Amino acid sequence: MRELHDHYLVAIGASWGGLDALRTILKMLPAELDAAVVVAQHRSPESHPTAFRDLLGAVTRLKVCEAGDKDELRPGTIYVAAPDYHLLVEPGTVALSIDEPVQFARPSIDVLFESAAESYRERCVGVVLTGANADGARGLERVVELGGTALVEDPATATRDEMPRAALAAVPNARVAPVGELAAILVELCGAKMAA
Amino acid sequence: MAVQVEHPQFNTPGGRLDLETLELRLLLEGVYRQYGFDFREYAPASLKRRVWRRVHAEGLTSISGLLERVLHNPDSMERLLLDLSINVTAMFRDPTFYAAFRDQVVPLLRTYPFTRIWVAGCSTGEEVYSLAILLHEEEMYERTRIYATDINETVLERAREGVFPLEKMREYTENYIRSGGKRSFSEYYRAKYEGALFNRSLTESVVWAPHNLVQDRAFNTFNVIFCRNVMIYFDRPLQNRVHQLFHESLERFGILALGHKESIRFTGFEDDYEELDATQKLYRRIR
Repeated sequence: MRELHDHYLVAIGASWGGLDALRTILKMLPAELDAAVVVAQHRSPESHPTAFRDLLGAVTRLKVCEAGDKDELRPGTIYVAAPDYHLLVEPGTVALSIDEPVQFARPSIDVLFESAAESYRERCVGVVLTGANADGARGLERVVELGGTALVEDPATATRDEMPRAALAAVPNARVAPVGELAAILVELCGAKMAA
Repeated sequence: MAVQVEHPQFNTPGGRLDLETLELRLLLEGVYRQYGFDFREYAPASLKRRVWRRVHAEGLTSISGLLERVLHNPDSMERLLLDLSINVTAMFRDPTFYAAFRDQVVPLLRTYPFTRIWVAGCSTGEEVYSLAILLHEEEMYERTRIYATDINETVLERAREGVFPLEKMREYTENYIRSGGKRSFSEYYRAKYEGALFNRSLTESVVWAPHNLVQDRAFNTFNVIFCRNVMIYFDRPLQNRVHQLFHESLERFGILALGHKESIRFTGFEDDYEELDATQKLYRRIR
């Protein structure tokens, strides 16, 4: 019944202040990272259609795309949730929905994390970054419950600390680090395969 | 005779997840065999969220509990069907899409004496009314017939009534303006006790009919097919079968409109269409 994946899945949730935090992390990730990266960043549906993706793409060696329905998950690629869609993870692919916002958010970080955890289990890493709400806390709990790893940006250095604090209240044992150290931890957890 | 039962690891979170996956499959199989509705090829992650919502709303604690209830209680099945099949959208969702439709598709339609449009999976009708308004403003409504279909007859009935929540009108008005609307949006509805009642004239050319994309066949040929953000709930093999149905149902040079994050790629039909507008996911059948 279980699907096995040889690569990891890194699921990142960010809200207020997320763009800078994401750029800091993605800048330091090696192209050979042995993980597919999915990102839910709260943002307005009226925002420019490619600006966010381009701002991330400009600083990272990984490939960045806005997640399309049933896109195959490949290591070394970053899939950004489109505004006004939930982004979900199935074994090996992403999936989208336009179901009601969860806690006012679409994409919802909880929806992303829960589906990521259930599809990748111990090979799932959930990362909660800066934000002014509690999205992601529940999902991070699910990540840990299914054997995955929880990472939280240090609330002391986050632009807004509400979201990291809520995540830590839900998962007190999560690994905490300033945003500048998260990339190194991801490499340590997932490894970096040299391209064949 | 004594037999030893081997206990699977259902007390670990991973074991419970495996069990839940099994229960979900049994539920879908039971629903299919007892009621004939086939959700077995829906994409599991979002389907599971909807099923759990129904489990909790029924005051139950497991998916197999829900299976027992729907098998013995058709009213409960009716509620589950609503939960699984409603895709609430917004009027003029993605205003840039409607602007592109106005600029690029309407001129093509003007070259035909009469146009048939299929809105497949119309749910509560937000898209049908949006399209009717747009065609009305382009003076194309009189020579168009819109076939609005959905798997769920209760939902179709609601769509036919044309009553939408008043609190949504602000958002819909903004969408309408950004889509290039030519009038005042409030001309199209009257505020009533039960909500915003849309003008009856908008549905004069609409045929509402039940149709199940998963199980039913082609029923007509069309110049335009709308199917936006419906197939995202299907798995890939089912999506490809629905694309087969659309291909059979589209006239040559007919237009297929998908949601912003959907694509014709990897469906087996990518060579049969050209991109009319790649960003807005407007495709034109060329063979």
